[in-house]
Amino acid sequence: MNFPKDLKYTKDHEWVRVEGEIGTVGITDHAQSELGDVVYVDIPNADANLEAGAAFGTIEAVKTVADMYAPVSGTITEVNSVNDSPEVINRDPYGKGWLVKIQLANPSELEGLLDADAYKALIG
Amino acid sequence: MKTTVFHPYHVAAGAKMVPFAGFEMPIQYPTGILEEHRIVRNKVGVFDVSHMGEFEISGPQSLDLVQVLTTNDASKLTPGKAQYSAMCRPTGNIIDDLIVYKLADDEFMLVVNGANVTKDFEWVMENAQQFENVEVKNVSDEVNLLAVQGPKSLEIIRALTSDHVENLAYYTFLQGSLADVPMIISRTGYTGEIGFELYFRGDYQIASRVVDALWSEGGKHGISWIGLGARDTLRLEKGYCLYGNDINESTNPIEAGLGWITKLSKSNFNGKSVIEQVKANGPKRLLVGFVMRTEKLIPRHGYEIIASGHHVGAVTSGNICPGLGTGIGLGYVGIEHSAPGTIIEISARGSWFPAMITKTPFV
Repeated sequence: MNFPKDLKYTKDHEWVRVEGEIGTVGITDHAQSELGDVVYVDIPNADANLEAGAAFGTIEAVKTVADMYAPVSGTITEVNSVNDSPEVINRDPYGKGWLVKIQLANPSELEGLLDADAYKALIG
Repeated sequence: MKTTVFHPYHVAAGAKMVPFAGFEMPIQYPTGILEEHRIVRNKVGVFDVSHMGEFEISGPQSLDLVQVLTTNDASKLTPGKAQYSAMCRPTGNIIDDLIVYKLADDEFMLVVNGANVTKDFEWVMENAQQFENVEVKNVSDEVNLLAVQGPKSLEIIRALTSDHVENLAYYTFLQGSLADVPMIISRTGYTGEIGFELYFRGDYQIASRVVDALWSEGGKHGISWIGLGARDTLRLEKGYCLYGNDINESTNPIEAGLGWITKLSKSNFNGKSVIEQVKANGPKRLLVGFVMRTEKLIPRHGYEIIASGHHVGAVTSGNICPGLGTGIGLGYVGIEHSAPGTIIEISARGSWFPAMITKTPFV
């Protein structure tokens, strides 16, 4: 299981990578492993506003469906076209399988997220 | 938690193990459910389904007992033939679906769902009391069961046995051997592909002989272990019922679309009079297949079915259909909404998602 050090994590198994005022968001390696083969991701379009901790979309996998929760508040600036080949989320959850980029509304929210070690401890 | 004799193989293959029917069973391997599904459709896969239950019935009155217990007509079976059937309560509702094997004159084997072994065996014993010359044995814990399924399965099984498996028609079987292990080789399965089910007794060492033989011959065909996850997507694509989802003790065979295994011409069987009435009056609801008309939703067990703005039923099974690339499902709807082509909606997450009722199999 992979836990990149440069990411912040939620206890709901999302990650965010911050570059300047933009946060890139996806689901963790653990999440994709638990879900199994992802077949569809339902996420809002660009310009949608997300609230930290609130459900912002769903992810359909063969075994089950799960809600995804925004790690931080902000406005979606870009949506990854993962539905063209949703298996990319299983293959490369921290890279090509990213889901949305968010213009951060409140960067101080990042302090409330988990670092790699804390997330690793959480999932045991 | 019980384990099957093949457990070490699943662990070595990296399977994700889950509790199922009292056993720790592989739901998927690192290959993933979708790829496992494709392996069975295109090549060959092996399922450990040793959690299934087996009852042996013998004695001069064994046919009489089987006839009372099951909805299909077991008098039509000759040794070497099997039939899909159901057991009902006197209420006409389904205790279980099963396969009836006629092993010899006055000798049958019933193969039942793993989760139902205890209640099924109690029911069979209760019914057996009315017959003096019949013996029933629950041999579920002794019998191992591997399902070898997929277009390459015949080539592999044929190479491993001197028995004439190439002559086996669907739902026939022979009592032979493979890797010097005596077994029932049955041309049956739950995938819709050509395939075989291998019933044999023995410990890990004996089981290893069978597995090693399958892999030595199947290696060039890419033979792989397949988990319960792909077993579900494979059976759903073919529209096969799953007990506990699509049929249970509050559904009868007619509304479940199992009229074809319910032989009302038989003199008597449990539930017959109620089922006759259902058939005469027409069922109020029907188990139908449907295909999603949006990629946004994979239907799941328990989602509501809506037609013309009203709740008309519920999804009993749903998943992605790898062959179509879209969601499919089974569910009960009122008879007036059951015609193929009817547009329905599936309610989930506070929204309605369009779908269309279609005939099964889906692919």
